[in-house]
Amino acid sequence: MSDAGKAYFGRRYLVSASHRLHTESLTAEENRAAYGKCNNAHGHGHNYVIEMLVGGAVDAATGMVVDLVVLDGTVGERILDRFDRANLNLDPLFADRVPTTENLCQAIFNLLCDALPAGELEYVRVEETENNFFECSARG
Amino acid sequence: MIFLTRRATFSASHYYWNEAWPAEKNQQVFGRCANRNGHGHNYTLEVTVAGEPDPVTGFVVDLKWLKDVMEREVLSAYDHRHLNLETPEFKSAIPTTENIAIAVWKRLEPAINAGGGAKLSRIRVYETPEIFAEYRGGL
Repeated sequence: MSDAGKAYFGRRYLVSASHRLHTESLTAEENRAAYGKCNNAHGHGHNYVIEMLVGGAVDAATGMVVDLVVLDGTVGERILDRFDRANLNLDPLFADRVPTTENLCQAIFNLLCDALPAGELEYVRVEETENNFFECSARG
Repeated sequence: MIFLTRRATFSASHYYWNEAWPAEKNQQVFGRCANRNGHGHNYTLEVTVAGEPDPVTGFVVDLKWLKDVMEREVLSAYDHRHLNLETPEFKSAIPTTENIAIAVWKRLEPAINAGGGAKLSRIRVYETPEIFAEYRGGL
Protein backbone atom coordinates (compact mmCIF):
# COMPACT_ATOMS: atom_id res chain seq x y z
CA MET A 1 0.00 0.00 0.00
CA SER A 2 3.04 2.25 -0.17
CA ASP A 3 1.69 3.74 -3.43
CA ALA A 4 -1.40 4.97 -1.66
CA GLY A 5 -0.14 8.41 -0.67
CA LYS A 6 -1.54 10.16 2.33
CA ALA A 7 -4.02 8.71 4.80
CA TYR A 8 -5.40 10.08 8.04
CA PHE A 9 -5.74 8.73 11.55
CA GLY A 10 -8.39 10.11 13.87
CA ARG A 11 -8.75 9.91 17.61
CA ARG A 12 -11.21 11.24 20.19
CA TYR A 13 -10.34 12.10 23.80
CA LEU A 14 -12.43 13.25 26.75
CA VAL A 15 -11.56 16.20 28.97
CA SER A 16 -13.70 17.37 31.89
CA ALA A 17 -12.99 20.95 32.85
CA SER A 18 -14.61 24.10 34.19
CA HIS A 19 -14.60 27.61 32.84
CA ARG A 20 -16.21 31.00 33.18
CA LEU A 21 -16.71 33.32 30.24
CA HIS A 22 -15.79 36.76 31.50
CA THR A 23 -13.53 39.56 30.31
CA GLU A 24 -12.15 42.48 32.27
CA SER A 25 -12.56 44.68 29.22
CA LEU A 26 -16.35 44.67 29.64
CA THR A 27 -18.45 45.88 32.55
CA ALA A 28 -20.37 43.41 34.72
CA GLU A 29 -23.56 44.21 32.81
CA GLU A 30 -21.83 43.87 29.44
CA ASN A 31 -20.32 40.53 30.48
CA ARG A 32 -23.75 39.33 31.53
CA ALA A 33 -25.22 40.49 28.24
CA ALA A 34 -22.44 38.90 26.14
CA TYR A 35 -22.08 35.59 27.92
CA GLY A 36 -25.42 35.04 29.70
CA LYS A 37 -25.37 32.08 32.07
CA CYS A 38 -21.79 31.24 31.01
CA ASN A 39 -20.80 34.37 32.97
CA ASN A 40 -21.92 32.81 36.28
CA ALA A 41 -19.31 33.96 38.81
CA HIS A 42 -18.47 30.48 40.06
CA GLY A 43 -18.02 28.94 36.64
CA HIS A 44 -19.47 25.71 35.27
CA GLY A 45 -18.08 22.63 33.53
CA HIS A 46 -18.28 20.49 30.43
CA ASN A 47 -17.24 17.06 29.24
CA TYR A 48 -15.28 18.24 26.23
CA VAL A 49 -14.59 15.80 23.41
CA ILE A 50 -11.34 16.57 21.62
CA GLU A 51 -11.18 15.02 18.17
CA MET A 52 -8.09 15.24 16.03
CA LEU A 53 -7.02 14.04 12.60
CA VAL A 54 -3.37 13.33 11.84
CA GLY A 55 -2.21 12.85 8.25
CA GLY A 56 0.80 11.19 6.71
CA ALA A 57 2.12 8.33 4.63
CA VAL A 58 1.12 4.82 5.68
CA ASP A 59 4.26 3.11 7.00
CA ALA A 60 4.84 0.04 4.81
CA ALA A 61 6.01 -2.14 7.71
CA THR A 62 3.30 -1.32 10.27
CA GLY A 63 0.37 -0.24 8.09
CA MET A 64 0.03 2.82 10.32
CA VAL A 65 0.08 6.57 9.79
CA VAL A 66 0.94 7.14 13.42
CA ASP A 67 1.52 4.83 16.39
CA LEU A 68 -1.58 5.12 18.56
CA VAL A 69 0.43 4.59 21.74
CA VAL A 70 2.86 7.39 20.83
CA LEU A 71 -0.01 9.73 19.89
CA ASP A 72 -1.83 8.93 23.15
CA GLY A 73 1.39 9.66 25.04
CA THR A 74 1.86 13.04 23.37
CA VAL A 75 -1.77 14.07 23.78
CA GLY A 76 -1.80 12.79 27.34
CA GLU A 77 1.25 14.79 28.31
CA ARG A 78 0.46 18.00 26.42
CA ILE A 79 -3.33 18.17 26.62
CA LEU A 80 -5.04 15.74 29.01
CA ASP A 81 -2.67 16.20 31.94
CA ARG A 82 -2.96 19.94 31.49
CA PHE A 83 -6.69 20.44 30.98
CA ASP A 84 -8.52 17.40 32.41
CA ARG A 85 -10.12 18.15 35.78
CA ALA A 86 -8.79 21.70 35.55
CA ASN A 87 -10.26 25.18 35.79
CA LEU A 88 -9.42 26.60 32.36
CA ASN A 89 -9.49 30.21 33.61
CA LEU A 90 -6.50 29.47 35.85
CA ASP A 91 -4.32 28.15 33.01
CA PRO A 92 -1.66 30.70 31.93
CA LEU A 93 -2.89 30.34 28.32
CA PHE A 94 -6.13 31.99 29.41
CA ALA A 95 -4.59 34.70 31.58
CA ASP A 96 -5.52 37.30 28.98
CA ARG A 97 -7.94 35.33 26.81
CA VAL A 98 -11.45 34.17 27.58
CA PRO A 99 -11.60 30.35 27.69
CA THR A 100 -14.32 30.07 25.09
CA THR A 101 -14.26 26.78 23.25
CA GLU A 102 -13.01 28.66 20.17
CA ASN A 103 -9.95 29.76 22.13
CA LEU A 104 -9.55 26.35 23.75
CA CYS A 105 -9.63 24.70 20.32
CA GLN A 106 -6.99 27.06 18.98
CA ALA A 107 -4.80 26.58 22.07
CA ILE A 108 -4.97 22.78 21.74
CA PHE A 109 -4.20 23.00 18.02
CA ASN A 110 -1.11 25.14 18.72
CA LEU A 111 0.11 22.92 21.57
CA LEU A 112 -0.19 19.82 19.36
CA CYS A 113 1.31 21.46 16.28
CA ASP A 114 4.44 22.11 18.33
CA ALA A 115 4.53 18.51 19.58
CA LEU A 116 3.82 16.63 16.34
CA PRO A 117 6.00 16.48 13.20
CA ALA A 118 5.33 19.39 10.82
CA GLY A 119 2.27 19.03 8.64
CA GLU A 120 0.83 16.04 10.48
CA LEU A 121 -2.02 17.73 12.31
CA GLU A 122 -4.97 18.17 9.95
CA TYR A 123 -7.54 19.54 12.38
CA VAL A 124 -8.59 19.71 16.01
CA ARG A 125 -12.28 19.67 16.86
CA VAL A 126 -13.53 20.42 20.35
CA GLU A 127 -17.09 19.43 21.16
CA GLU A 128 -18.32 21.44 24.13
CA THR A 129 -21.66 19.62 24.23
CA GLU A 130 -23.37 17.19 21.87
CA ASN A 131 -24.84 20.16 20.04
CA ASN A 132 -21.96 22.56 19.53
CA PHE A 133 -18.39 22.10 18.43
CA PHE A 134 -15.48 24.13 17.11
CA GLU A 135 -12.80 23.23 14.64
CA CYS A 136 -9.34 24.57 13.95
CA SER A 137 -7.12 23.52 11.04
CA ALA A 138 -3.80 24.50 9.54
CA ARG A 139 -5.67 26.11 6.67
CA GLY A 140 -7.17 28.55 9.15
CA MET B 1 -20.53 20.85 -5.08
CA ILE B 2 -22.49 18.74 -2.63
CA PHE B 3 -20.92 16.08 -0.43
CA LEU B 4 -23.17 13.18 0.44
CA THR B 5 -22.26 10.55 3.03
CA ARG B 6 -23.72 7.13 3.54
CA ARG B 7 -22.92 5.14 6.68
CA ALA B 8 -22.86 1.35 7.12
CA THR B 9 -21.56 -1.06 9.72
CA PHE B 10 -19.72 -4.34 9.51
CA SER B 11 -18.32 -6.68 12.12
CA ALA B 12 -15.02 -8.38 11.42
CA SER B 13 -11.99 -9.86 13.11
CA HIS B 14 -8.32 -9.19 12.48
CA TYR B 15 -4.84 -9.23 13.95
CA TYR B 16 -1.68 -7.19 13.29
CA TRP B 17 1.39 -9.13 12.25
CA ASN B 18 4.33 -8.37 9.96
CA GLU B 19 5.72 -11.66 8.62
CA ALA B 20 9.09 -10.00 7.98
CA TRP B 21 9.61 -9.43 11.70
CA PRO B 22 10.41 -11.87 14.53
CA ALA B 23 7.62 -12.56 17.00
CA GLU B 24 9.17 -10.33 19.67
CA LYS B 25 9.13 -7.28 17.43
CA ASN B 26 5.52 -7.91 16.43
CA GLN B 27 4.59 -8.12 20.11
CA GLN B 28 6.54 -4.98 20.87
CA VAL B 29 5.08 -2.85 18.06
CA PHE B 30 1.51 -4.15 17.94
CA GLY B 31 0.95 -5.17 21.58
CA ARG B 32 -2.36 -6.91 22.18
CA CYS B 33 -3.31 -6.48 18.51
CA ALA B 34 -0.62 -9.06 17.64
CA ASN B 35 -2.57 -11.92 19.27
CA ARG B 36 -2.66 -14.47 16.44
CA ASN B 37 -6.08 -15.74 17.47
CA GLY B 38 -7.43 -12.37 16.36
CA HIS B 39 -9.98 -10.05 17.90
CA GLY B 40 -12.92 -8.16 16.45
CA HIS B 41 -14.63 -4.81 16.07
CA ASN B 42 -17.95 -3.34 15.06
CA TYR B 43 -16.67 -1.07 12.32
CA THR B 44 -18.57 1.93 11.04
CA LEU B 45 -17.90 2.87 7.45
CA GLU B 46 -18.64 6.34 6.05
CA VAL B 47 -18.56 6.76 2.28
CA THR B 48 -18.64 10.35 1.01
CA VAL B 49 -19.28 11.16 -2.63
CA ALA B 50 -19.14 14.58 -4.25
CA GLY B 51 -21.14 15.96 -7.15
CA GLU B 52 -23.88 18.29 -8.30
CA PRO B 53 -27.56 17.53 -7.71
CA ASP B 54 -29.26 16.15 -10.82
CA PRO B 55 -31.62 18.85 -12.16
CA VAL B 56 -34.46 16.34 -12.54
CA THR B 57 -34.17 14.17 -9.42
CA GLY B 58 -32.33 16.54 -7.08
CA PHE B 59 -30.02 13.64 -6.19
CA VAL B 60 -26.21 13.70 -6.19
CA VAL B 61 -26.50 9.92 -6.31
CA ASP B 62 -29.39 7.57 -5.68
CA LEU B 63 -28.86 6.44 -2.06
CA LYS B 64 -30.33 3.02 -2.74
CA TRP B 65 -27.81 2.56 -5.57
CA LEU B 66 -24.97 3.67 -3.28
CA LYS B 67 -26.15 1.28 -0.58
CA ASP B 68 -26.19 -1.59 -3.08
CA VAL B 69 -22.67 -0.73 -4.32
CA MET B 70 -21.34 -0.64 -0.74
CA GLU B 71 -23.05 -3.93 0.03
CA ARG B 72 -21.73 -5.66 -3.11
CA GLU B 73 -18.17 -4.29 -3.12
CA VAL B 74 -17.38 -4.08 0.60
CA LEU B 75 -19.86 -5.46 3.12
CA SER B 76 -20.34 -8.81 1.40
CA ALA B 77 -16.55 -9.30 1.58
CA TYR B 78 -15.89 -7.88 5.08
CA ASP B 79 -18.96 -8.42 7.26
CA HIS B 80 -18.60 -11.35 9.67
CA ARG B 81 -15.24 -12.26 8.15
CA HIS B 82 -11.69 -12.58 9.38
CA LEU B 83 -9.93 -9.86 7.39
CA ASN B 84 -6.44 -11.44 7.50
CA LEU B 85 -7.67 -14.85 6.42
CA GLU B 86 -10.59 -14.15 4.10
CA THR B 87 -9.85 -11.01 2.08
CA PRO B 88 -7.19 -10.99 -0.65
CA GLU B 89 -5.95 -7.43 0.05
CA PHE B 90 -4.92 -8.35 3.58
CA LYS B 91 -2.86 -11.38 2.62
CA SER B 92 0.00 -8.92 2.22
CA ALA B 93 -1.11 -5.68 3.88
CA ILE B 94 -1.80 -5.49 7.62
CA PRO B 95 -5.51 -4.76 8.23
CA THR B 96 -4.94 -1.60 10.25
CA THR B 97 -7.74 0.96 10.19
CA GLU B 98 -5.64 3.05 7.78
CA ASN B 99 -5.19 0.15 5.37
CA ILE B 100 -8.88 -0.79 5.62
CA ALA B 101 -9.80 2.78 4.60
CA ILE B 102 -7.45 2.53 1.59
CA ALA B 103 -8.74 -0.93 0.64
CA VAL B 104 -12.36 0.23 0.83
CA TRP B 105 -11.48 3.16 -1.45
CA LYS B 106 -9.94 0.77 -3.99
CA ARG B 107 -13.00 -1.46 -3.88
CA LEU B 108 -15.50 1.38 -4.28
CA GLU B 109 -13.84 3.92 -6.55
CA PRO B 110 -14.31 2.10 -9.92
CA ALA B 111 -17.97 1.29 -9.28
CA ILE B 112 -18.91 4.72 -7.91
CA ASN B 113 -17.09 6.73 -10.53
CA ALA B 114 -18.54 4.50 -13.27
CA GLY B 115 -22.01 5.40 -11.99
CA GLY B 116 -21.59 8.77 -13.67
CA GLY B 117 -23.32 10.84 -11.01
CA ALA B 118 -20.61 11.60 -8.50
CA LYS B 119 -17.00 11.00 -7.60
CA LEU B 120 -15.77 9.19 -4.53
CA SER B 121 -14.44 11.85 -2.16
CA ARG B 122 -13.66 10.33 1.22
CA ILE B 123 -13.65 7.04 3.09
CA ARG B 124 -13.77 7.05 6.86
CA VAL B 125 -13.57 3.83 8.89
CA TYR B 126 -14.30 3.84 12.62
CA GLU B 127 -12.74 0.92 14.46
CA THR B 128 -14.26 2.14 17.73
CA PRO B 129 -16.15 5.39 18.42
CA GLU B 130 -12.79 6.91 19.47
CA ILE B 131 -10.48 5.57 16.73
CA PHE B 132 -10.89 6.13 13.01
CA ALA B 133 -8.95 6.46 9.79
CA GLU B 134 -9.62 8.45 6.67
CA TYR B 135 -8.51 8.23 3.04
CA ARG B 136 -9.15 10.74 0.26
CA GLY B 137 -7.41 9.01 -2.63
CA GLY B 138 -3.80 8.82 -3.79
CA LEU B 139 -1.66 11.89 -4.21
